Amino acid sequence: MARKLPRKDVVVVGLGWTGSILSYELAKQGLDVVAIERGPWRDTASDFPPGYGQDELRYGVRLDMFLRPEQETLTVRNKMSETALPVRKFAGFLPGNGVGGAGLHWNGQTWRFLPSDFNLRTHITERYGASKIPEDMTIQDWPVTYDELEPYYDRFEKLAGISGKAGNLNGKIQPGGNPFEGWRSSEYPTPPLKQNYGSALFAEAAKKMGYAPFPRPSGNISEGYTNPLGVTMGQCTYCGFCERFGCGNYSKSSPQVCVLPALMRLPNFAVQTESEVTRINLDNTGKKATGVTYVDTSGEEWEQPADLVLVCAFSLFNVRLLLLSGIGAPYDPQSGKGVVGRNYAYQTTSGVSVILKDKVLNNFIATGSGGMMIDEFNGDNFDHKDLDFIGGGYIGSGQTGARPITTRPVPKGTPRWGSQWKKATAETYNRAYNIGTHGSSYSYRDCYLDLDPTYKDRLGRPLMRMTFDFHDNEIKMSQFLTDKTAEIMKTLDPVELTASPRKGPWNSTIYQTTHNTGGTVMGNDPKDSVVNRYCQSWDVSNVFVPGGASVFPQNAGYNPTGTVGALAYWTADAIKNRYLKNPGPLV
Amino acid sequence: MTDRLREVQLSRRSLLASTAALLVAGATSARARTLSGAMPWEKGTASPPVPVRPGPWQFFTADEAAAVEAIVDRLIPADDLGPGGKDAGCAVYLDRQLAGPYGRSEGLYMRPPFMNGTPGQGYQGADAPATRYRKGLAAIADYVKANFGGKVFRDLSPAEQDKVLTDIEKGTAKLKDVNGVSFFSLLLQTTQEGFFADPIYGGNRDMAGWKLVGFPGARYDFRDWVERYNEKYPLPPVSIMGRADWTVKD
Repeated sequence: MARKLPRKDVVVVGLGWTGSILSYELAKQGLDVVAIERGPWRDTASDFPPGYGQDELRYGVRLDMFLRPEQETLTVRNKMSETALPVRKFAGFLPGNGVGGAGLHWNGQTWRFLPSDFNLRTHITERYGASKIPEDMTIQDWPVTYDELEPYYDRFEKLAGISGKAGNLNGKIQPGGNPFEGWRSSEYPTPPLKQNYGSALFAEAAKKMGYAPFPRPSGNISEGYTNPLGVTMGQCTYCGFCERFGCGNYSKSSPQVCVLPALMRLPNFAVQTESEVTRINLDNTGKKATGVTYVDTSGEEWEQPADLVLVCAFSLFNVRLLLLSGIGAPYDPQSGKGVVGRNYAYQTTSGVSVILKDKVLNNFIATGSGGMMIDEFNGDNFDHKDLDFIGGGYIGSGQTGARPITTRPVPKGTPRWGSQWKKATAETYNRAYNIGTHGSSYSYRDCYLDLDPTYKDRLGRPLMRMTFDFHDNEIKMSQFLTDKTAEIMKTLDPVELTASPRKGPWNSTIYQTTHNTGGTVMGNDPKDSVVNRYCQSWDVSNVFVPGGASVFPQNAGYNPTGTVGALAYWTADAIKNRYLKNPGPLV
Repeated sequence: MTDRLREVQLSRRSLLASTAALLVAGATSARARTLSGAMPWEKGTASPPVPVRPGPWQFFTADEAAAVEAIVDRLIPADDLGPGGKDAGCAVYLDRQLAGPYGRSEGLYMRPPFMNGTPGQGYQGADAPATRYRKGLAAIADYVKANFGGKVFRDLSPAEQDKVLTDIEKGTAKLKDVNGVSFFSLLLQTTQEGFFADPIYGGNRDMAGWKLVGFPGARYDFRDWVERYNEKYPLPPVSIMGRADWTVKD
């Protein structure tokens, strides 16, 4: 039997970006808020100090910061006809663990989606006709518009101190920024980062081809910055250890650096660490949540009653928690009915690697979100009329640090070991790099999440099962983007150029990206969405899923964190200004 | 601290246990804690890595160690570019890794049933790396004994050693009860890890791997060099432990 704790106004599941933003906003209103976090407390300067934070084996290879599959994993398969098997060791994507969640180990790439990403189905239909959309593709419009979200993007960027250069200030195109971005009400809070040589070479080459390169918006901060909550960040030192690592220099935006110092001071907020929420409890009508049950690391069960339940875990685990709690009808791919687990999407990335003559690139000098990008081929920024796909992505110099256990380019045909391997490794290391493409992943009828029939977690609950593969549309899109990238890089006259467009089948053992989206998607119709436009459950009105990437109806050609942050603020405002005044369905 | 209902154990070191560096009893031994009122901060709560100490083999038997030293010296041969795998400490690195949490697949999902899957579903075997090494090295020893007149790997000529390794890599040498291609990949990947990981783990001795490619290691501030294009970074590498020449000599 679970021991019952005193009631709280709000219980928050997971203390990453969305959990900490929502906790701060609601505790500041005077509500009694408790967050339940399954991993440990983590700080930055004490847990990942410069000195031993730069440890590739520990963090980059052995994945010390990440969720241990022993605690929770999932099963994967490409097709419904296959048997899903467990991810025994995370590799294809890497869920975070502990306070800060994925916001602690990310690279810092902080984009806004395009205005047309938000009304995708309508936009594509109006421009090209409904037949442009493949029959099994289940993309849909978001229930919010870019204009509605703009103030919330702005708030998140100011919270995180994002470095960058505006390309569109209130509708006026700005030199040096991204001319394709949606309008921005203000400039980035901090100026762009410095660019290393590889990025400068890419930008020069892209410019010569007539493109408009711009610095990638970055959660690695270019100068000292104090955010609206009064917490201060430090200047990035370009150490090259962002993704998979913690930043002890206060230079990488994270909940630890940007929110927790202010949140932890609020007397009506507490976080319960090392405690995993096992289900959301419902009353006997099934329409109202009474709180959550969680288990701590000694195996003891606790019941935390609360008036409001905010599901703020990583996207995949939001979906699993709703499935295990019986909130919303599970999606059935055969009938197309049901919604929880529907429209799971990923990201379609690819790369072009080059070896240059007589160049010294020093690519170990890097940041997770440095680099110069072009956006001519993202979303619907280019005419798809004569192309056999929809969607797109950005292209850019994406080197995030040439850490040598995992980054050792050699020319094609080099043996994997021995003297020749050693010589080639030494000669190529500092004159080779990779230009990446980061493309959209649209949703399909047969890509979804449900509960696995065979494999269980340590508590005896079914693991979640992922059924996913790349579809023709995405593979053609990736080929197109990769070809464009190769064209640009050819102008640098490389000794060797290798283009690697994304091809199927999707492989869970090769790291591609941690951008998992969908499964609890937001919409205007309960038939094709789990939550409404305020991220509120259609079925249980005191449960919100505030802004995790699980509410994305499909994934755009950008990294999700900027949009996740904007949705967190959007949801916080809906709860503060509307729900608290009149609890119940907001739509 | 405002926990109302339970005693809180502030055993933070065990909570932040590192799979890479510390032997821990596992997550289930740690107790949850409630935090509120301030950023919790206590001195000594971080978990720095524990340097590998020289000394006897912890995982390998003497015969296994001799074979592994010979193997890593073929995978990364000593030449005019620098030391080989043996002198760079790759065997020591492997020994300590296999004796530790990595060798036991600690923290991974190891529940049955174990079934063969597609390549995209990843390693689905029940054996952790330590067991795979033990079986793999035994199978190589048997193979060499049977094909080279009862010899052991370290007594073969370098050309013969390369032939054995190449045949295992390609799958043309059939190892008894072991998937040689898969074992060779594990062997190669972990040997190269040892050559390029921080020296604190026992390999990359004297930062040989980093010097080979020009990686500066745990140096962390490159603000003055970001925009110095096409100029080789001038400073030698630094380990998490610092550099030998930083140590004050008595």
